[in-house]
Amino acid sequence: MNAILEATGVTMQFGGLTALNDVSFGLSEGEIIGLIGPNGAGKTTLFNCLTGLYAPTAGQVGLRGTTLPVDPARVTQQGVARTFQNIRLFPSMTAEENVLVGRHVRMKQNPLSSLLHGPGFRRSEADAAEHTAKLLAFVGLTKFSDELARNLPYGDQRRLEIARALATEPSVLLLDEPTAGMNAQETEATRQLIFAIRDLGISVVVIEHDTKFIFTLCDRVLVLVQGELLVEGTPDEVRGDPRVVEAYLGAPPDEVDAQIHAAEETR
Amino acid sequence: MTGSSTFLEVRDLTVAYGAIQAVRDVSFTVEEGQIVSLIGSNGAGKTTTLRTISGLLRPVSGEVLLGGVPIHKLPAHEILGRGVAHSPEGRRLFARMTVEENLRLGAYTRKDEAGIVSDLDRIFDLFPVLGERRRNKAGLFSGGEQQMLAIGRSLMSRPKLLMLDEPSMGLSPIMTQKIFSTVRDLQQQGTTVLLVEQNALSALALSDRAYVIDLGRTTLSGTGRELLADPRVQEAYLGEGVAS
Repeated sequence: MNAILEATGVTMQFGGLTALNDVSFGLSEGEIIGLIGPNGAGKTTLFNCLTGLYAPTAGQVGLRGTTLPVDPARVTQQGVARTFQNIRLFPSMTAEENVLVGRHVRMKQNPLSSLLHGPGFRRSEADAAEHTAKLLAFVGLTKFSDELARNLPYGDQRRLEIARALATEPSVLLLDEPTAGMNAQETEATRQLIFAIRDLGISVVVIEHDTKFIFTLCDRVLVLVQGELLVEGTPDEVRGDPRVVEAYLGAPPDEVDAQIHAAEETR
Repeated sequence: MTGSSTFLEVRDLTVAYGAIQAVRDVSFTVEEGQIVSLIGSNGAGKTTTLRTISGLLRPVSGEVLLGGVPIHKLPAHEILGRGVAHSPEGRRLFARMTVEENLRLGAYTRKDEAGIVSDLDRIFDLFPVLGERRRNKAGLFSGGEQQMLAIGRSLMSRPKLLMLDEPSMGLSPIMTQKIFSTVRDLQQQGTTVLLVEQNALSALALSDRAYVIDLGRTTLSGTGRELLADPRVQEAYLGEGVAS
């Protein structure tokens, strides 16, 4: 299999705590992978290793066969972008300005041209503005272009983070709990958005606890438990695995369904 | 617990951020001993409503009555002193303080050390990971673990009214089930609960009463069961496939 992003034997220790133990997986071109697991299993830590925020204690991360540096800015430049579980927008900048920041890694003006506001600079600024407007439309936030990021509802802040990540023109996008704080309808819109992102040729890894969302979105699901990859498979394989039910899923959703049917009968 | 007297009443509440009205004429009541949910889409005004009840925001107009007494002009710490605790959206922990220090801050209006210690134990029973690492700094915990800590902290004041803003956010399905069953236990011990939750399905299944807030207004209300079976709610908030 031809992996675009590949983690090989990634281990991450913090003092005596092993947050990740020998994790290996490959992300294929155009694939959507779901990463699930109990709280504290190491999901976000894995994202931090994949994006050069952490230097793994052992193992490595490669993009198209080249080892990625431990330097988030250079990792972004090479085509891996992400969003954060605890939203990290620039709260006092507008939605448009937040996206422009993402665009910055693809702008090539030298300092002199920027200072002098030469024609090349103006063209590149105009391109960036146009690209930003397109991305805000793509994620459905055009109406909030001039609104400060901190004034956006939680769910829309998540969409804005996705737009900022897309502005870096990634080939791999890592999403950390993209539907946290969204209701069913908004979650469905996000699912469609991620399919649209995949259709642009971008491969995606998603961390999310909404299992209905994960199982209807992903081609493949990885289950991380106490820092180790416990199970890997298609949504159907993972959903039916008793180890996953015990460590992560708990009671099957059928029980909630039963409550709804009970409610319908009393109507 | 008679379960029949109004504990919290929000009457024609309007709250604005500058020129933007986030909440418009919202009214609802919470009876003593009930679990009441507010559901609605992003930006509907649910979080703003909770922040106004706990005194973090001032309404433009309208009233918040606790046991019949207006509280919407009181400072937040006095509202907490009257038994209203708030577990906020986005956790808002003190990252450089330990788990135990964060929890003890939740109890800062209390003087009964023995009771505080027994409540700490109760929270460590509920969330073993917090007990195992009680002297670690909160900022070192994963997102979901921080959510557990935020909920634990709100319980430490032994509130009469517990307001939980998106308690399931960042939590695994198994942990979410645990939180919801804890909410039910708290209710049985006499706590009144006001819940804002995107996981509308679980919230409604748990609630005695629920209100749908849309664009800053209350548009629908009913018992949890009624709303679960209401096609308008199913379509908008429970997702396709549920209604079939």
